[in-house]
Amino acid sequence: MDFLRPASWEEALAAKAEHPTAVPIAGGTDVMVEINFDHRRPEYLLDLTRIGELYEWEIGEETVRLGASVPYTRIMEDLRPELPGLALASHTVASPQIRNRGGVGGNLGTASPAGDAHPALLAAGAEVEAESVRGSRLIPIDDFYTGVKRNALAPDELIRAVHIKKADGPQQYSKVGTRNAMVIAVCAFGLALHPSSRTVRTGIGSAAPTPVRAKTAEEFLNAALDEGGFWDNGKIITPSVAKRFADLCAAACNPIDDVRGTASYRRHAVGVMARRTLMWTWESYRGTAARTEGVA
Amino acid sequence: MGTTGLPTNITQGSRTKGGIGESTLRPDGTLKVTGEFAYSSDMWHEDMLWGQILRSPVAHAEIVSIDTAEALATPGVYAVMTYDDLPTEVRNYGLEIQDTPVLAHGKVRHHGEPVAIVAADHPETARRAAAKIKVEYKELPVITDEASATAPDAVLIHEGRTDLPQSQLRSTGGTPTIGHVPHPNILHRQPIIRGDVSAGRERADVIVEGEYVFGMQDQAFLGPESGLAVPAEDGGVDLYIATQWLHSDLRQIAPVLGLPEDKVRMTLSGVGGAFGGREDLSMQIHACLLALRTGKPVKIVYNRFESFFGHVHRHPAKLYYEHGATKDGKLTHLKARIVLDGGAYASASPAVVGNAASLGAGPYVIDDVDIEALALYTNNPPCGAMRGFGAVQACFAYEAQMDKLAAKLGMDPVEFRQINAMEQGTALPTGQIVDSPAPVAELLRRVKAMPLPPEQQWLTAGEAADVRQLPGGLSNTTHGEGVVRGIGYAVGIKNVGFSEGFDDYSTARVRMEVVGGEPVATVHTAMAEVGQGGITVHAQIARTELGVTHVTINPADTQVGSAGSTSASRQTYVTGGAVKHSCELVREKVLEIGRRKFGSYHPAWATAELLLEGGKVVTDGGEVLADLVDVLGDEAVEVEEEWRHRPTEPFDLRTGQGFGHVQYSFAAHRAVVEVDTELGMVKVVELACAQDVGKALNPLSVLGQIQGGTTQGLGIAVMEEIVVDPKTAKVRNPSFTDYLIPTILDTPTIPVDVLELADDHAPYGLRGVGEAPTLSSTPAVLAAIRNATGLELNRTPVRPEHLTGTE
Repeated sequence: MDFLRPASWEEALAAKAEHPTAVPIAGGTDVMVEINFDHRRPEYLLDLTRIGELYEWEIGEETVRLGASVPYTRIMEDLRPELPGLALASHTVASPQIRNRGGVGGNLGTASPAGDAHPALLAAGAEVEAESVRGSRLIPIDDFYTGVKRNALAPDELIRAVHIKKADGPQQYSKVGTRNAMVIAVCAFGLALHPSSRTVRTGIGSAAPTPVRAKTAEEFLNAALDEGGFWDNGKIITPSVAKRFADLCAAACNPIDDVRGTASYRRHAVGVMARRTLMWTWESYRGTAARTEGVA
Repeated sequence: MGTTGLPTNITQGSRTKGGIGESTLRPDGTLKVTGEFAYSSDMWHEDMLWGQILRSPVAHAEIVSIDTAEALATPGVYAVMTYDDLPTEVRNYGLEIQDTPVLAHGKVRHHGEPVAIVAADHPETARRAAAKIKVEYKELPVITDEASATAPDAVLIHEGRTDLPQSQLRSTGGTPTIGHVPHPNILHRQPIIRGDVSAGRERADVIVEGEYVFGMQDQAFLGPESGLAVPAEDGGVDLYIATQWLHSDLRQIAPVLGLPEDKVRMTLSGVGGAFGGREDLSMQIHACLLALRTGKPVKIVYNRFESFFGHVHRHPAKLYYEHGATKDGKLTHLKARIVLDGGAYASASPAVVGNAASLGAGPYVIDDVDIEALALYTNNPPCGAMRGFGAVQACFAYEAQMDKLAAKLGMDPVEFRQINAMEQGTALPTGQIVDSPAPVAELLRRVKAMPLPPEQQWLTAGEAADVRQLPGGLSNTTHGEGVVRGIGYAVGIKNVGFSEGFDDYSTARVRMEVVGGEPVATVHTAMAEVGQGGITVHAQIARTELGVTHVTINPADTQVGSAGSTSASRQTYVTGGAVKHSCELVREKVLEIGRRKFGSYHPAWATAELLLEGGKVVTDGGEVLADLVDVLGDEAVEVEEEWRHRPTEPFDLRTGQGFGHVQYSFAAHRAVVEVDTELGMVKVVELACAQDVGKALNPLSVLGQIQGGTTQGLGIAVMEEIVVDPKTAKVRNPSFTDYLIPTILDTPTIPVDVLELADDHAPYGLRGVGEAPTLSSTPAVLAAIRNATGLELNRTPVRPEHLTGTE
């Protein structure tokens, strides 16, 4: 196994172009597990830890450009106002040691359906900034996950950053694991209210071959909220609407039975989490709406 | 007699500091916490090779062929060995029944069974070479449960069995027979029959029945199996190893190597936990074989994945229980059948069966009892010793039954247990009269009397809930929705020490001499310090008995007699007893020297009871007669003696009657849980424990044992389980990614109430501590979850699926 250590982003892109099978490694929290368990033996490891800009972020007008290697700890501590859903998801990642090393770039590169960041990214709305010697492009998060542990990156591309929409409303994230900390998701759910566009977005983890949005559920809820004038009147969401939303979220799952949980439980749990996160975010939105009533 | 709460700094009238009853600190504690402690996996030797084991990828198969040519041709490889390369005719080992092949012979019987071993100059080279060994398997049908094991056409896991466990060889005068089991795939069977169950049934006003399932738990010790074998010039081998019992290993290793026992010199190296998982051999023989073959030191270290295949687990069990009671709450009878899955090899299964059977009625007075416990041979992973050892599985079942009976009678579950609680003088179903304190009702009273933790501790002054206090923790699954509190109780009974007629002894060599102007005691035993704090206790005993401050604990090795196993809650009792005994003999010799030298100076030398305290010889009235430095002068006093607890006897093969256990220990728990009833997530809020320890030699260590045992019991209640595929008998979760053990966030507060009711048969009146809390913790948590949810829950661990009907 050759260990490539580019000193700059340009060198990294060149190395990846020259060795398209090279596996990028930053925090190593996924890749090293795979290597230690001998699940894979990459020909080349491409070490990205010397590239400082991958550990930086920029807060723009509409989005946060989050460097691929920004550790989860920084997201939790420094980006909570802008990225509340992702900050909550970051809290559920493994242990403090792992959160100090791992970042969203690794989650995206591995593209495991169990990656903790995915539901939060899907719910918030994001684009993956992929780059190669051929140039740079932005891949919408909805198009990024292409199969079990597969993504839309070309063999010569590296993830430079993720552009995540700054929160314009409440966001929530829940994850079920059979332990109260340090656990891989049995399933996970992210939900973001987007009052500026009067839409709701969702993200489901570990309950389908890829992270997915519950689009039918979103459409149902968007319509129901619109119809009742909820965005303006800030009324309580009726239990029947919440239940229908939860059922549609559960129906968006395509889970498997495995050692971590049954398909039936995953579907059930996604429904419960969908209903609860909807209630939490909506209550929070109503509070905000009430406070800003005069402005609207 | 008893004391409330945890005693600290009791000095027993001794003026010597750091004696028994004090919470002296462990010498290894700081090193372990700071990562500086040298574990067996940290050892290094000039020129050493690395050993690697090739394991079976299937659970049951004939080995058609093994081709090692390519592996041997790999540069850096020094040796590849299979069954055919074993040096003697002794090619099996085992704790009680020698049924385990050192390397597979013609057949593999479980997933992960060792097939071949490799030594190379780099661990990665060894691993790759092992992968190049070509083994052709012809798969056989797998046997995974009682039905498949005893089916008319069942393949015999071990053909031509002639074994009988040691305890029964003694009782039958050594005649090998397997007549005690109804089928060769039944490894061992022990009935316990007392009174007349049908008569008891007649007297019963209510009868409850239950079927219970107990999952396979792993010891999950932190330091994987590892050791270093160094070939010696005399043709022998020095083995540095993490184990629970050096001499038991030695007895099994030496014949396979074809060496006399004195040429296999074993030294205990840093042990990273054990919990029963190091009672059996793992890499010991493999490392020695490779070292002797190559003439070079060989180190073997399992990784975590391999560790799950490298040691036995706790027996999973199916338990069928029927209890009756009168309407005023007296138990009438018990009929029980306990089926333990022993897996492919015997390990400690016979003794586990003996415990499950003899302790299967729990700490209750029941006159009419019919219990049958048995262990199966299957193609599942081998199971053997783990903390609680057969008593754990039974406790899970009988405690669920007690709650069912109480509910059916409309009685308080604690009160119901207290009505039926055994006490000193009770005859157990084995006929054995319990002849030391058995404060079962009192322990229950104490846990019940403890204040309950406040409700809804997740509520904060601000708006947000503190999710760490809720089921799901930081995963943020509830802010209080669906959360219901439940409370449950349980109590258990565990034997201490090796039972059923086993010659359970230990050996201690104690030396006393003047070093640097001070009297110093040196204690040398073969006791495996696996984290239990035995070395701390030995130093305390030596200080108390010999009146010295400085005690040197020599490394444990086979240059001294056997200490027996660090298991069965026995080491403080038995090796502690041996150290005490040898110290007493040393004291006698020291006093003899004193009388010889100074007897004429003071009449008390001849008349008074003399003690060694604070470095001096004193009378029982406290008068100082001489300084130990002056008494000893240049002389050294040394004693090596064996010490035994009073003998036990085997259980009758047909009725299970007999004085089978030397001592019993008792603990009770009250569990408080909060369950998210919609998501099926559980937060154990508190696990209060009351335990009788006879005498707390080191109160801080006692507290640690109770907290640790309690937490391990919590683990099997809500998360820990090795999942074996019933179709293939393959392990599905051999890693800490999917075999979950409690984190500190899953660990509740554990208030502990320690009783000290002396057992007059035991040294200092002490009672083994380590296992009892592991018994009652699990059923208490289950009872609390049942209380919160109203569900029956007949299996452990409980998974979210069981609480949400989504199995």
